[in-house]
Amino acid sequence: MKRNSEKKVSFFTKFRKSRIFWPLIALVIILIFDGIYAPGFFKIGIVEGHLYGNIIDVINNGAPLILVAIGMTMVIATNGVDLSVGAVIAISAAMGAVLINPALGNELISNEILTQNISHTPLPLIVLANLGAGTACGLFNGFLVSRAKIQPMVATLILMVAGRGLAQLITNGQIMTIYYTPYFWFGNGFVLGIPVAVYIVIAVVIAATLLVRKTSIGLFVESVGVNAKSTYYSGISEKNIKLIAYTFSGFCAAIAGLILSSYAHSADANNIGLNYELDAILSVVIGGTLMAGGRFSLIASVIGALVIRTFTITMYTVGVPANALMAAKAVLVLLVILLYSDQSRRMINKLFERGKRKKESTDA
Amino acid sequence: MPKIKKFLFTNGPLLATILIFIVVYIIGGQLYPAMKKPQVFVNLFINNASLLIVSIGMTLVVLMGGIDLSVSGMIALTSVATAALLQLNVHPILVMLLMLIMGIILGSAMGCIIHYLKVEAFVVTLMGLFFARGMAFVISRTSITISDELYRYLALTKIPIPFFDNAGIYIPTLVGIVLLIIVYVISRFSYFGRTVFAIGNNEQSALLMGMPVARTKIMVYSISGFCSALAGIVFSISLLSGFGGYAQSMEMDAIASVVIGGTALTGGQGNVIGTLFGVLINGTIVSILQLNGTLTSWWTRIGVGILTLIFIGVQSLFYIRKKRT
Repeated sequence: MKRNSEKKVSFFTKFRKSRIFWPLIALVIILIFDGIYAPGFFKIGIVEGHLYGNIIDVINNGAPLILVAIGMTMVIATNGVDLSVGAVIAISAAMGAVLINPALGNELISNEILTQNISHTPLPLIVLANLGAGTACGLFNGFLVSRAKIQPMVATLILMVAGRGLAQLITNGQIMTIYYTPYFWFGNGFVLGIPVAVYIVIAVVIAATLLVRKTSIGLFVESVGVNAKSTYYSGISEKNIKLIAYTFSGFCAAIAGLILSSYAHSADANNIGLNYELDAILSVVIGGTLMAGGRFSLIASVIGALVIRTFTITMYTVGVPANALMAAKAVLVLLVILLYSDQSRRMINKLFERGKRKKESTDA
Repeated sequence: MPKIKKFLFTNGPLLATILIFIVVYIIGGQLYPAMKKPQVFVNLFINNASLLIVSIGMTLVVLMGGIDLSVSGMIALTSVATAALLQLNVHPILVMLLMLIMGIILGSAMGCIIHYLKVEAFVVTLMGLFFARGMAFVISRTSITISDELYRYLALTKIPIPFFDNAGIYIPTLVGIVLLIIVYVISRFSYFGRTVFAIGNNEQSALLMGMPVARTKIMVYSISGFCSALAGIVFSISLLSGFGGYAQSMEMDAIASVVIGGTALTGGQGNVIGTLFGVLINGTIVSILQLNGTLTSWWTRIGVGILTLIFIGVQSLFYIRKKRT
C-alpha cells in the first residue's frame, strides 16, 4: 500500500516537473472558466458532415499560431527571437493573392475579370511561391543574425517593419480579395469532418519533432542556445544551426500566411497576421522555453499556443474588445516570464516540498 | 598627424553621418529645387519633432546597451490620454504634467523589471509597447480631437526665424532642440553620463568599479519613458487629436536614427548629436519620397529598413577595425 502511494507521488512529481505540466494547468483553468462563464463553449455539433463548435474553432483558428509558435520555439531555443513572423505572414499571403489574381499582367483590369473563379497561376505553384517567399525571408533573417552578427531582435525588427512595406509593394498597396475557390481548401476545407489546417499542423509537428529528436539537430539547437561559443569550439557550425532555425521559422510563418489568407479569402498587407509575434512569443514562454535559449519542447509550445487561442476566444466570448486584449496579453507574457524565472520556480518547488514533508509527518 | 587620425577615429561615425546628411540633402536639392527653400529645411525639424525627442531618449538607452521598443506605444497612449483628459476639461498644464509622470512611472517600472528580475530588455519593452497600445484603445477606440485653447495656441503659433523670409518654426519644435542640448551636456559632462557609457561598455566591470548600476539603469529607462511621453505631448499638439493607432512603428524609426547617428547597438559608443543628424537624414529621405510623389508611403518603410541595415553593417566594420588598432 505504501509502496503504491510512493509510486503515485513519484509519478506526480515527474509530471509536475515535466514541461507540459504548467501549460496544461493553464489550459485546464481557462477551460474551467469557460465551463462556468460561457455555457455552450464545449458544444460540438455536426453540420453537413463537418464538426463545428468553439473547441473546433480553437484548433482551426489556432493552426496558424501553432505553426508560428513551432518556428519561434526553434529560434528562441538558439537564444534569439523572430519579431518578423507577422510581416512574413503578410508577405506570404500577398504573394499568394497576387499570383492568383486573374488580372495579373493584364493591361485592362475589370471587375469581371477580377472576381472570376480562376487563377492566373496553377495552385501548386502558388503554394510553392508562398512557402518560398516566407522561407526566403527566414533565410534573410538567418543571414543577418548568423553571418552579419546583428542582434536577433534588431535584425528581425528590420523585417518586421520593412516586411509589411514589402507586402504592400507586392499587392500594390491594395487589399486583395481572392475569388479562387480551390485556394480556400487550406483554411476552410474539411477532411473526414476535421479542418484541413489541423492535418497541416499535425504533419508539421510530427516532421519537426522527428527532425529535432531523431536527428542531432535538436541537441545542436539547444547547445547553441546554452553557449554558442562552446558549441563552436566543439566543432559544430553554430552559424548554420542559427541559419536553419530562422529559415524554419520563416517557413512556418509562410504556411501560417497561406492558411490565414485562405481562411480570410483575402490578403491585407497591413492587418493579416497582426500581433502574431506577440502571440507566438507568448506561446513559447508559456510552453516553458526560456527566452535565454537552451532546452525546448515543441509539444509544450503547441499547448502554449492552444492556451493563447483558448484565452483569446474566451475573452471574445466574454466580450472584451480585441485591442484591449493586447494589453492583457502583454501583462500575461510578463507574468509568465516572471513565473518561470529561476527565483520564483525555486519558491514554488519549495512550497510543494514543504507541503509533502508536512503530509509525511502527519502520515507518520 | 596622429592627432588628426585619433580625432577621425573617435568621431568617425559622427562625421560620416553629418557628411551623408549634407550629401543627401544636396542631392535632394538638385533633384527637387523646392528643397532649397529655407522653410523646407526647417520643416525637417517641425515634422520630426516627436521623432527627435524619442530618439534622444532611445540614444541613452542604446548607449547603455539596452533597447526600448515601447516608445511608439507610449506616444499613442499619451496622445489618447491627453485628448481624453482635455475632453473632461482638466487644465492643460496639469494634463501635461500627468502625462510626463505617467511616462516616468511606466519607464521606471520597465527598468525595474529589466534590472531586478533579469528579463531581457526587448521582451519587457515589447510587452510595454503592446500594453501601452492596448491601454490607449481601452481609453478610446476612436480618434478624439483636441479643442483646448492652450493646445491650439501651441500648435498654431508660428515663430518667424530671423534673417530668413517666410520661414517659421512652431513652439513644440523647440522642445526637442532644448532637450538635445541638455542631454548632450548630461551625457558628456556628468557622472551619470559617464556611468551610462561605462555600463554600455561592460556592465560587470561598471558594477565592480562601484558605479550605481541599478540606479542608472532604471533612471535611463525612466528618461526614455519621459521622452516618449514628451514626444506624445508634442505629437498630440501637432495633430490636435489622440488615437491609439498613432505613431505606428516609430520605435523602428527611432532605432534607425540612433544607429544612423553612429551609436553602436552594442552600447558604449556614440553621441547624442549624431542622433540629431540621424533624424534629419530620416526626415530628408521621407521628404524626398514625398516630393517625388510617385513613390508611395511603403517605400519609406523599406528605405529606412535598408538604410539601417547598411549603417549597422558599416558600423560593425568600423568598430572591428577600431578594436584591432
